[in-house]
Amino acid sequence: MIACADEKDVDAAVAAARRAYETVWSKLSGTDRGKYLFRIARLIQERSRELAVAESLDNGKPIKESRDVDLPLVAAWFFYYAGWADKLDHAGLGLDPQPLGVTAQVIPWNFPLLMLAWKIAPALTAGNTVVLKPAESTSLTALLFAEIVQQADLPPGVINIITGGGDTGRLLVQHPDVNKVAFTGSTVVGREIARAVAGTQKKLTLELGGKGANIVFDDAPLDQAIEGIVNGIFFNQGHVCCAGSRLLVQEGIHDDVIERLKHRLSTLRLGDPLDKNTDIGAINSAKQLARIEALSSAGEAEGAVRWSVPCRLPPKGYWFPPTLFTGVSTHHAIAREEIFGPVLSVLTFRTPEEAIAKANNTPYGLSAGIWSDKGSRILAVADKLRAGVIWANTFNRFDPASPFGGYKESGYGREGGRHGLLAYLQPRTWTGDGPVGQRGTVKMSSVKPVKPVERSRKAARKA
Amino acid sequence: MSRLMIPKTYKLYLNGAFVRSESGRSYKVSDDNGIFVANVAMASRKDAREAVVAARVAFAGWSGASAYNRGQVLYRIAELMEGRREQFVEEVYRAEGGGKEAAASQVEGAIDTWVWYAGWADKYAQVAGNANPVSGPYFNLSVPEPTGVVATIAGRRPCLLSLVSLIAPALVSGNTVVAFPSQAHPLPALSLSEVLATSDVPKGVVNILSGSPAEIAPWLASHADVNALDLTGAEDLNWIELQMSAAETLKRIIPPETAAWAAWRSLDRILAFTEIKTIWHTKSVI
Repeated sequence: MIACADEKDVDAAVAAARRAYETVWSKLSGTDRGKYLFRIARLIQERSRELAVAESLDNGKPIKESRDVDLPLVAAWFFYYAGWADKLDHAGLGLDPQPLGVTAQVIPWNFPLLMLAWKIAPALTAGNTVVLKPAESTSLTALLFAEIVQQADLPPGVINIITGGGDTGRLLVQHPDVNKVAFTGSTVVGREIARAVAGTQKKLTLELGGKGANIVFDDAPLDQAIEGIVNGIFFNQGHVCCAGSRLLVQEGIHDDVIERLKHRLSTLRLGDPLDKNTDIGAINSAKQLARIEALSSAGEAEGAVRWSVPCRLPPKGYWFPPTLFTGVSTHHAIAREEIFGPVLSVLTFRTPEEAIAKANNTPYGLSAGIWSDKGSRILAVADKLRAGVIWANTFNRFDPASPFGGYKESGYGREGGRHGLLAYLQPRTWTGDGPVGQRGTVKMSSVKPVKPVERSRKAARKA
Repeated sequence: MSRLMIPKTYKLYLNGAFVRSESGRSYKVSDDNGIFVANVAMASRKDAREAVVAARVAFAGWSGASAYNRGQVLYRIAELMEGRREQFVEEVYRAEGGGKEAAASQVEGAIDTWVWYAGWADKYAQVAGNANPVSGPYFNLSVPEPTGVVATIAGRRPCLLSLVSLIAPALVSGNTVVAFPSQAHPLPALSLSEVLATSDVPKGVVNILSGSPAEIAPWLASHADVNALDLTGAEDLNWIELQMSAAETLKRIIPPETAAWAAWRSLDRILAFTEIKTIWHTKSVI
């Protein structure tokens, strides 16, 4: 059993974060904030095996992935942002940019600890304090992380972890003493949060759903492309917001690609997440499995042709075999809705223009892939794709130095890199003829005096 | 005998054309002393929808134009405004009162704002984008791109400067715009549309609708093909409601409170309606 934070708990967590912000964290030098983050990074490396096992136990993802992808990236994220703490003058917001205050962070179940790192590392390095709520079904590694925070001897209240479901998340996001909300999860909840912060001075970043197009041209290096397609949709059982869930294949190579894909998929090993040979682990929850099954049935009902790997599923737990649909049209539900599971929808195209039009034909805009041997074509297509992350001749690559985030209804704001830092900072407001010009801001007689958000909130509280 | 002057008919600027509202509606505009000046078209919901279509169609061309070209077009707007400086001063003065000097200062501010933003078109990406040193054999670059169609509610005063200060930064990166100027003082904005029409701004890139933002803005806020909402001048509207409505399609929003980055001329105004695109490309291992 894991505790479910209620209103009093959320209040207490936010109050602790506020206290830590005002008395300790915002007064600490950047160098010292950075040192704390470096400590956390090291502690994660030291305990990475334990954390990987816990992650796979809790989430169902193959240990191969939690050990070789999630955990190295978690540590790298803290290392990367640790180094920013005393270099914020160079972030692009002018001299002495200011933190926002208390940040409320709500994260999903697909990469529990990695999403925690994406949220906490930039927030802390910028000088904010944190209240984070992990997903209801994957809270274990966040709680282990709390232990690491203690081992790093972080001042109390700088990081607060509260567990619970949607109601807890709602309380946290709507708490009046929160300055910044960062959310990763479904577009439905993202909308709800955007509505909830409307009219408040809370800053908001949202990393939501996707329906990524993976475009394969007929001159693509096919062996690599097949690996990339498989990695694009079957990595982490397809529980990936930026998954390449729509495969767009140039007509002439369609049959060849499908045949190779089926062959490759048949060699994937599905089963015990803790077996280091396992490629495909378990579906995270009964609810998610039901959704994948429902959308797959809809795909068949709408006339697409289903093929699933003919493998035996373990008798206990939630499992779904790697599946691909051919003969998919753009209007099919499986071509429009995010399935968030190991299901690939295959469509075809003839010309680059058609590929671009089909790829962009979605309210989402998170990721896309392009496979071709022709560099000029890759760059031209990349220019026209309306998506925040484009992988050319690769897919599902992540790095703390590389910004990640969506266009359109996939959300706003970036995580990772210098851009990810900007989501947790605000420019310092300069007056007179001082450094204003450095930010490219021109003082004019008609400009109203302005106050930074955080400061005006403080004033409001005192009043 | 003195000559009888010819009053101008003020229309909507929609898809590069000057049109009356399809609804046939108009409303009276008075000067600062309450004296009648003109009947202007009162845009309808359908006009707004058509403006969004025009802006969407224009997006590919405008965002696809070279940054150098967009900068030149914005500078051209300044040139043509300068040529009609006296007319704008007169219109602003009649609308807002407050002395000719203040009106002249506002018009000059508006012209200089175009010049300032014109220079950003081929530079902002260098400031806002960068190469990312990722671990692995990848070329990795982040670049800003325009968000898409931006709906803009300009403030009441300064009626000309506020409109220019909102649409110029949106145009710099290649966004297209559907703008509501001040409802009470729309004439300088409508004259600005004559400048836009002759400044090599492609049709549909800017659409200017006079009328009631309170009536029409909710339709723009909920419109699925509008990507962003600039509510800087929406203080008098129920802007929280608009923001909540815009949340349904996750629009990018500048709320009316004048946050630090919402100063009249700022790089932040350009970046508010851009998206960072990050491109990974494999490098072969040699």
